Amino acid sequence: MVLLSTKKVTKRFGGLVAVGDLDIEIREKSIHSIIGPNGAGKTTFFNCITGFYKPEEGEILFNDHSLVGLLPDRIVRFGISRTYQNIRLFPNLTAMENILVGLHGHLHAGFFGIVMSTPATRKEEKEAAEEARRLLKFVNLAGKGDFLAKNLPYGDQRRLEIARALASRPKLLLLDEPTAGMNPRETQDMMDFIQHLRDELGITILLIEHQMRVVMGISEIVTVLDYGEKIAEGTPTEIQGNPKVIEAYLGRGSTGEERQIVS
Amino acid sequence: MKQAIKIGLIGGVVEVLLSLIGMVEAFSQRDIIAHVISMGHTLLIIVALFMGYLAAKRTPGKGSLWVLANSSLSGLIVGGLVSLLVIVGSLINLRKVFVNAMPVLYELLTFKQGTQIGVFLLLGAGALSGVLAGLFFLSPKLLRRVLLISLGSVVGAGVLQDLLRPTFSLWGPLAIINEWLFTANGLTIQGAIGLFVLIAALLLFWSRKGSVIQTGFRQLPPAPQRILKMSGILILVFILLILPQVLGLFLSEVFTIVGLYVLLGLGLNIVVGYAGLLDLGYVAFFAIGSYTTAVLTSPELGFFSLSFWEALPFVIVMGVFSGVLLGTPVLKMRGDYLAIATLGFGEIIRILVLSDFLRPWLGGAQGIGKIPKASIAGFEFAGPQQIYYLILAGCLLVIFISLRLRDSRLGRAWMAMREDEDVAQAMGINLVATKLLAFATGAGFSALSGAIFATKLSSVYPHSFNVMISINIVCVIIVGGMGSIPGVIVGAAALVGLPELLREFAEYRLFVYGAALVAMMLLRPEGLWPEAVHRREFHEEEEKEAELKSG
Repeated sequence: MVLLSTKKVTKRFGGLVAVGDLDIEIREKSIHSIIGPNGAGKTTFFNCITGFYKPEEGEILFNDHSLVGLLPDRIVRFGISRTYQNIRLFPNLTAMENILVGLHGHLHAGFFGIVMSTPATRKEEKEAAEEARRLLKFVNLAGKGDFLAKNLPYGDQRRLEIARALASRPKLLLLDEPTAGMNPRETQDMMDFIQHLRDELGITILLIEHQMRVVMGISEIVTVLDYGEKIAEGTPTEIQGNPKVIEAYLGRGSTGEERQIVS
Repeated sequence: MKQAIKIGLIGGVVEVLLSLIGMVEAFSQRDIIAHVISMGHTLLIIVALFMGYLAAKRTPGKGSLWVLANSSLSGLIVGGLVSLLVIVGSLINLRKVFVNAMPVLYELLTFKQGTQIGVFLLLGAGALSGVLAGLFFLSPKLLRRVLLISLGSVVGAGVLQDLLRPTFSLWGPLAIINEWLFTANGLTIQGAIGLFVLIAALLLFWSRKGSVIQTGFRQLPPAPQRILKMSGILILVFILLILPQVLGLFLSEVFTIVGLYVLLGLGLNIVVGYAGLLDLGYVAFFAIGSYTTAVLTSPELGFFSLSFWEALPFVIVMGVFSGVLLGTPVLKMRGDYLAIATLGFGEIIRILVLSDFLRPWLGGAQGIGKIPKASIAGFEFAGPQQIYYLILAGCLLVIFISLRLRDSRLGRAWMAMREDEDVAQAMGINLVATKLLAFATGAGFSALSGAIFATKLSSVYPHSFNVMISINIVCVIIVGGMGSIPGVIVGAAALVGLPELLREFAEYRLFVYGAALVAMMLLRPEGLWPEAVHRREFHEEEEKEAELKSG
């Protein structure tokens, strides 16, 4: 079953077409990668899905709801959550508070309920704190909940950002280069973790990634973008042999040796 | 070495500047210790000591001899620059440019010993301050703390003598302290030494036994712990309640002014400290609160003539409503743009109430008078000693609401918005509603403050609501610590309370404000009392365990 589908989505910045006529279908509970050279429009596409940009043309359907024109805070309530290429935590809030902000949409206390501290508010807060602790444990950050986000080491920050995204209980999780800046060991852990998210929690994953090892290792479907357009789509093996992809990455007339590097 | 020279030069320039603008001379009229040292000299010595300390701290390698050499060098340079001022001043008449460069000033600077001897004395004093600062830097941490706080208390007692003397004399048995501690101008020598020894002894005792007491407290079972905590709070409440009777009229007045600023600061703290929306027109809501109170209660206008309490709900609603009204057009603005737009709003309100067009309703430049005092069951909040309770109640209410909000879904939404607006939105936070709520809450607090202000003065005038009030409140928050509730109180006490107490030096108020802000940004950008990190991961579990153990 298709969870998210885009039809002819186009986003322009002035004369530049960042994303052009893009059709993508993301199947439920799949791990779907988007790859492409720098500036191919991958992150712009993420921004269109999450409502940060409004595409000029085209349609984005999530579970048959149209997302075009909705604000980000509405879209996250449909069950789409994301992380950022350059980690964007709330630096001066603690790890716990970061996750609690992620839970915001699932809490309902109003101004007077909070000031009066009604039983409903207290119960809700307690449950939220418990869920946040559970998520901390889930991403292996138990015991670091009271650290300010900015004081956590890089790898922890990456995982905290995912925990924050998970707090909104997404059906679809968009990960923008989750392994950027990680060593092979950490990368392998992250790959296992992403697979775990899908297998255990049943979350559909859409992933932007540069490390071919990750893309080929965990994705079921790979979409290749170049200059905002889809140039190829298929299983990792299909993509690896696709001449258009090799050309986009390395330019025309690359040698066999360079092809080896791509695969 | 280079560093020490640079620091010394900075210190010297500061001292010359302080002398030339007349601060040293003005301060010299008050003695810290009678006939021994005046406030003016203390000011100069503090600058020299501070610069010496900085030079010591910046010494690379930290060999003690080098540290001392550097600190004394910077002290010497500070003294040298001041001597230079004296020499130049004795040769050229500087009074054409610097009105305060009078012979009296040079006499003060040279310890009344004439230029030649004075210059050597100055150099010596500078170098000595430097050496002392260096020794201070090299001494162990405990000694440093004890020295700093005890000397600070002596200086503080000297500076605030006019305030402490009448307070003590209100109390029969305590009046003896006056005799012993104070002369007509400044502390007595035995008083200063006694105070120093007393504070130092207390500090030393606490450093020895403090941790024992603290662990002892923590080892107590939860029930007595709670009782001790509660009794602590009760004692605090009791002190707050009897304060105006103890302090007398003048100090109560100072407390009411500080309290009003605390109220305003707590309101703006929600907008600026929590939500990160830099609002420079905050005085507008204060004015709206005051004027709404005036219009609803004053018989002079004769529209409604409600009592204070009948008017209060309308005032708050009006404040909240105007907060939303201001918030709506500036929703999309961030940072500097927001600051400028809100600055404009503050001025609009002031000009509106000043206008002839609205004179029949708002009184124009003459303002509105005859605003009735608030009263409960025959107790009238008439003078500062009574208004104090009204303000105290207001502050406690606002602190309570602020605390509840801070630890809630809404407080977190505000702080997330402050940290990163786009990501906050992507986390499901409705920016429009959240921003408007911040503006409305802040405005509501400010309107409450305005209502109390109106009944305190019994009249309102447009010129009470100029842009300086907004700036003052922003300064209170920055100096106290953004987003910190105790910070607001400390900031208001420091920036509003102290200047009220030191009225005779009022002309240097803005200068000190500026200097304090710059110093804060350089030395302690997080504020005097920064917001504590909230411990939530374990805190609640510990409580649960404690409950299990006791149950």
